Amino acid sequence: MTLTFLIDALITVIGITTPILLAASGELVVEKSGVINLGVEGMMLVGAITGFAVGFEFSDPWIGVGAAAVAGTATSMIFAVLVLSLGTNQVATGLALTIFGIGLSSLIGTNYTGFAALPFDPPFPDYLAQDPIGRVIFGHSAFVYFAFILVFAIGWFLSHTRAGLVLRAVGENDFSAHSIGYPVIAIRYAAIAFGGAVAGIAGANFSMVITPMWAEQMTAGRGWIALALVVFSGWRAGRLLAGAYFFGVLMTLELYAKASGYAIMPSQFWAAMPYIIAVAVLAFISARDGRSGKEPACLGKPFLPNG
Amino acid sequence: MGNFTRRDFVKAAAAASALPILGRPAFAADPLKVAFIFLGPVGDYGWTWAHNKGRLELEKALGDKVKTTYVENVKEDASAVPILRDLARQGNKLIFATSFGYMDQVLEVAKEFPDVKFEHCTGFKRAPNVTTYNSRFHEGRAVTGTIAGHMSKSGVIGYLGSFKIPEVVMGVNAFTLAAQAVNPKIQTKLVMIDSWFDPAKETAATQTLANLGCDVIATHTDSPAPLQFCQQKGIYGFGQGADMSKFAPKAHLTAIEDIWGPHYIARAKAMLDGSWKSEDFWEGIKEGDVKISPYNAIVPKNVQEAADKVIEGYKNGSYDVFKGPIFDQSGAEKVPAGKAMSLGDLATIDWYVKGVQSA
Repeated sequence: MTLTFLIDALITVIGITTPILLAASGELVVEKSGVINLGVEGMMLVGAITGFAVGFEFSDPWIGVGAAAVAGTATSMIFAVLVLSLGTNQVATGLALTIFGIGLSSLIGTNYTGFAALPFDPPFPDYLAQDPIGRVIFGHSAFVYFAFILVFAIGWFLSHTRAGLVLRAVGENDFSAHSIGYPVIAIRYAAIAFGGAVAGIAGANFSMVITPMWAEQMTAGRGWIALALVVFSGWRAGRLLAGAYFFGVLMTLELYAKASGYAIMPSQFWAAMPYIIAVAVLAFISARDGRSGKEPACLGKPFLPNG
Repeated sequence: MGNFTRRDFVKAAAAASALPILGRPAFAADPLKVAFIFLGPVGDYGWTWAHNKGRLELEKALGDKVKTTYVENVKEDASAVPILRDLARQGNKLIFATSFGYMDQVLEVAKEFPDVKFEHCTGFKRAPNVTTYNSRFHEGRAVTGTIAGHMSKSGVIGYLGSFKIPEVVMGVNAFTLAAQAVNPKIQTKLVMIDSWFDPAKETAATQTLANLGCDVIATHTDSPAPLQFCQQKGIYGFGQGADMSKFAPKAHLTAIEDIWGPHYIARAKAMLDGSWKSEDFWEGIKEGDVKISPYNAIVPKNVQEAADKVIEGYKNGSYDVFKGPIFDQSGAEKVPAGKAMSLGDLATIDWYVKGVQSA
């Protein structure tokens, strides 16, 4: 096994992990505020088609990414109005948002099927990414660096800033936060908007970099993996990063084992492995911590201060 | 024609059933109503997309004489039954069910509507009003395998598969045997991704195959994602189901196109002139159901000629990639010299030929 071989394998891991990490980071902030949004998959798809279509029309991928973030936020606001202002059930509304996102993205995408997206230039100049080491450090798309920066920034925001503390307070005890004067609903709106923007960008990662094209339902369930990861991580940014890469490594290992002809276990078992291990780890954490990680106490509960 | 999603369909069906039955006498000028049920969305740029293209060709060819409807995203479970039943009740006289998993549902509904004709794609159960149809895609795999055998410098070629079903196993074997006919030392590395459509995983699997030394990679999943990676990496691939050259103009050597239009047109015509009867179609290059896209200019002349020879051979019946001797992965002889596999053997094939590396 040469260095180049290992680095090429690592590049596959990074590619497969980044959109999951992005979507999960956004959802972490939403859940920390006490709201569970199961619409991640739908928001990703709306972001994917918007990013592709706008990038294509304006011949500028960066405008596309911006539009994907805006579209993700706009989609999340439908959810926010329903659950925050009208007090609907978060689980049902989130599921509906995913179904809506699948339908809306297919509708917008009707005229964009069968086109290739513009190449998305990496942020670093080519000469830095010539040798294998340079490639693994400088050879990625901007999404990869953004995902890393974002997850560290979220970790720092949640644990080291006053605003992060307020957000967590809203998620742990909304009535107390309300009674000492924090605008619970407004803070949750902001968290949902942020989650939507990041999910939109995660979707754009699919349609603009990983597979520069649009195809219906191209995220193929990654939004659900992102949701599982948030739980798997016990609502902590550091574990989220580790967990996302753990998933990515397992998925890549599966492909290498199959392609190398090592029939250690049936193919279907390999495909199920990341989930089986996630459940096992989750059970382990929950047995140790007494409950499933550090779930925000108000997660999924509607907050209706006046009634 | 209607751009129905399944949800719209359910709504429309509910609305329709709320109305009294407003029967309208059929008169001669009424068009033949033809319906399709699709597994995926018509925008998948793969399997369903190709079937929908066939539907559009049918509309174009027969104009006012036909009226087509489709329902997309129909699951391969019991939920297909009411959808088929409603389509039959709405006056569709010819109904195409375009995925393997609709087999028993089609037979069930066909029994209730003896005057409606059903055609089931890739299945093997027939009835007096149920026809089955399929394409011999493995013939196209023999053409791309021939090209791969010539173009591979490493002697290791890749195959990105979906599931271990006869259709895919047949493709892997045809591709490998044709490549070995050019270069006997060819090895095929096989990865199954347990999905027909997952662009991100398809890309990751293609990266894996490339990293393990494959320099020509065939895909048996539905998206152009693998080709886009081949282009970045400077290796070669083939389009699947449709000409995908615009996604990867440098990497796309050719493509195997699924052509359903002629079958749909022929069968609608048979309905119109009353000659429709229950049959079993398994057509290939000769009949035009499987088409090879134009070759990329980077494919050398002699390679193009070798590929054309395979196409010609299928057209005049002189070539068959499944001619013995054929050995399986363990080296045991499965087909003796001088014999060939029958279509019946192929339809249930579950072993890989020598030189295929699979998990």
